[in-house]
Parts: sequence; C-alpha cells; structure tokens
Amino acid sequence: MSVRAQSAIVGASETSRIGVVPDVSALEMHAESARLALADAGMKLSDVDGVAAAGLSPIAVAHYLGIAPTYVDATTVGGCSFLLHVRHAAAAIAAGLCEVVLITHGESGRSRVGMPPRVADPTSPQGQFEAPYGTLGPPTMFPIGVLRYMKEFGLTHEQLASVAVAQRKWAANVPRAMFRDPLTIEDVLASRLIAYPMHLLECCLVTDGGGALVVTSAERARSVPGPKPPVYVLGTGEAAETPLVSMMEDFTSSKAFRLSSSSAFGEAGIGPSDVDHLMVYDAFAHLPIYGLEDLGFVDRGEAGAFIAEGHTSPGGQLPMNTNGGGLSYTHTGMYGMFLVQESVRQLRREASAQVPNVNISVAQGVGGMFAAAGTLILGTAAAAGV
Amino acid sequence: MSPTGDERPHKPAPKPTPETEHYWEGTKLGELRIQRCNACAQAYFYPRPSCPHCFSSDVSWMRASGQARLHTYLISHRPAPGFADEVPYAIAVVELEEGPRMMTNIVGVENTPEALVLDMALEVDFEPRGEQSVPVFRPRSES
Repeated sequence: MSVRAQSAIVGASETSRIGVVPDVSALEMHAESARLALADAGMKLSDVDGVAAAGLSPIAVAHYLGIAPTYVDATTVGGCSFLLHVRHAAAAIAAGLCEVVLITHGESGRSRVGMPPRVADPTSPQGQFEAPYGTLGPPTMFPIGVLRYMKEFGLTHEQLASVAVAQRKWAANVPRAMFRDPLTIEDVLASRLIAYPMHLLECCLVTDGGGALVVTSAERARSVPGPKPPVYVLGTGEAAETPLVSMMEDFTSSKAFRLSSSSAFGEAGIGPSDVDHLMVYDAFAHLPIYGLEDLGFVDRGEAGAFIAEGHTSPGGQLPMNTNGGGLSYTHTGMYGMFLVQESVRQLRREASAQVPNVNISVAQGVGGMFAAAGTLILGTAAAAGV
Repeated sequence: MSPTGDERPHKPAPKPTPETEHYWEGTKLGELRIQRCNACAQAYFYPRPSCPHCFSSDVSWMRASGQARLHTYLISHRPAPGFADEVPYAIAVVELEEGPRMMTNIVGVENTPEALVLDMALEVDFEPRGEQSVPVFRPRSES
C-alpha cells in the first residue's frame, strides 16, 4: 500500500519562542505548539483523534491538553521521530484508524526545565562497548566517521567548514535564527576544537523550543478546507541501522539514510532531480554531506565541493537547510520537527528565507548517531496532482 | 562526600550481562574474545548468541589475534568522567584482523592528528575500568 497524497499536513507551528526559553517546561512547549498548530489548521482540539509525541509520552501530552485519543504513537527513535510520526499517521489515516493526528515536540534542551534526567546504563551495548572509552554526548561520537570520509574522498577541512558558512547565509534572512551574523571559513576553523576534526561552529546549537503538526486525510483537507494550503505527504521512509555509532557498516555513509530515502522516493515516484528544496538534519556539519550523497543528490565524494561551491546556498540550484539548520537556527535535541516545519513553510510560501517556486520539498531526519532515519517528501497540491 | 578521600571520578566501567560475561572474563585474562558463526564463517562483535550476518545460533567463541588497524577516530576535547588528565584524547574505531570493528582508545602514542594515521597497525592491550578490564590498542611493536 502506498500512502502517496492520501494525507496532508494542514496545521503546523513552532512554539512562539525558540532559543533560550527558561520559563517554559518541555511539556508546556508540546502543548503551546499544539494550540498554535490547531489554530493554524482552523481546527478545535475535539477534532483530534490521534496524538503522537516523542521526548515526552503522547499520553502525557494528550491528557495535559484534555483529550483521550484513540490513536497513539510514541515512536521514539531520536530526532527524526516526528518524521516517522507523520509516516505512521499517513498510513493510519489511509487505513481508517483515525482522521486527525496531532504530532508534538517540546524540549527544554538548553534550560532543562521539566526534562527527564539523562541516565547512563552500563549494561547496555553502549554502556559496555562505547562509554568506557570516554564518550560524552553526541560531539564525541557522531563525527567519528569524518576522518575516514576525508581519507576516502579527499574532503577538506575547508569544505567541511563551508557547510556552516552556507547555512549561516540562509540564517541571515531568518529573524528567529539564533545565529545570524555572517561567517567565513576562517571563522569556523578558528573556533575551538570540540572533537577533532569538528570545531565549535561545526556543531549544532543547544536550545529550547517545540513544534507541532496536524495531519489529516487529503479528502478532509479538501472537503473542510482550513486557512492554509494543505501540504501533501507524497512519500515516506524510515529505517534503523545501529544503536552504536561504532558499529556503522560504512563510516562514510548512512545505511539508514539510504534505506529511508529510497523508500520515500519510490513511494513518491520521483527522483532527486525533481526536488525543489531540501532539509537535511544537521546536528553536525558532516550530516548534510552524507545526506546529499546518501539521498542521491550528488555522487559519492562530491558533496563537500557541491556545498563549498555554493549550490546549496541562497541562489544555488539546491536550496538546503533554509532556516539556517541546527547549526544556526535552533537545535532542541530532537531537531527533526523543525525540518518539517521549514518544509511546510517553504511549500506554503511563508518561509522567512523563501525560495521561489517550491513545489516539492524533502526532509531527511536522523535519529541518534546515524542510528535511525526518517524521510518525508512533501508537496503542494500541484505536485500532488490533486 | 567520599569517605575514602578519593574525590576524582572514575572512568565509566562496563557492567556485563549474561550474554557478554565470557567476553569480559576474557579481557581480565588479557584475551580479546570475539565470536565466529559456524554457519556463515563470519566473525562478529559485539557479543551476542546469534550471528548478525545470518541469524544462526551455531556460533563459537574464539580468541582474536589482537592485531588491528586504525579505521577512524576523533579527538575529544571534552573530558568524560575520569578522563580529565587525558584530554584531548582519541576515541577510535579499529578493525580487527578477523574483520569486526570496535570502539577503543589508542595508547602508547600521542593522541594527535599527526601521530594517529588511519590504517596504522595496532595491537591490543588492556586497561582497567572499575572491576573490569577493557581492550585498548597501541601501535604494533616491531618484533
């Protein structure tokens, strides 16, 4: 069964504030974005029959809002969880299990207000086979394949730094972005080393914020139109590779990216050359490089030069991470929600750094450290052929 | 407050599960034990009772040679608990002669980009972590 164009995102909103928000708990960020997304959809809470959330339980979110959903999705596979929630919602809606699904994210990643404590489990595979070697959060693990990639493909430190520079160019036009000042390759390489070869400015922000989506059937989107044009779900994919970054099959490529994106492109019946706008989860500067190659936008080993030459920057042939990304816009921890928000804004022609004539947008999310992936191919009514 | 007066945090120690106990018993004896599948003949790591390549449960333990090559690494400038004296230090992945890869630390050599060259030859050594002993790797000796 394909879910192509059978459902649509009809409501989308981030929290009113993102960045440093020490006076709002993670749960309230789920709730505030839910209220804003429902208003955006022109819907009432009573229209919602399905709830999906990650970080916090959808049960907690639903009860806090005041509904008892009859479809619940607590899929939690890291930062791409919300892309999987959209996929699952599209399938559930197509199967008749539910009609309106609310997907929420809220994370006090920076201020840590109302956040579950971080616990290390020394019996887990990671606790036994990685933690004893001095890992300390994603910066000390996620980029572990970069030197291998550099050796295999000749990626330079300057090309890696150019990812941060390209995205800062987008952020300059995005008032909500945390960092907007122009950046040079020299600035990036002069920032302090966090985990060689990664410098501070090649690592994502750590912020507070949230976002929510309302997904419903394409039929309902047409028969009960809301205030905004529906954004159709054209193709979806998900995949999981390994909970241990050290066990990646190939340190220069994400198997989860490849599996997830090929599923999504197959379902949508399109290829990379049909894509007008791309979001690739950029927890670190190497992810857009892996993403461009693993999704088939460029050949293996070409992504560093492609970005350094400006092809993903404003005015380039493949606008990528147009909100500034996790490197410049915001990164709450589970950043995937913000990928989808920006894809929706671009398709609705309401983005801060709006790209002309976007009809098909791809959002590629990652979960954990190349542990999992989710892909969404979203399109306007014209792209959906409805 | 620590009654022993030892205020410094220790490096994280692994806690074996029944399925990994044999591996951790080996490291205490200075042996790097990995598993090999009798059905498909592939060696694998980390320890588990069925082969990740073909799902067979017909698997055996073997002692790895300890010879390896440096596959990839990064150099962390953020000290994890117990690593304050070593920062910056490499967190590496090595490829064992038998095929499997594993995360490790590199000892006996400066942890700098100049000294740590990808694909350099390494051999296993062992370091204490709490009550356990973990495999680490050092540049292969000439002998």
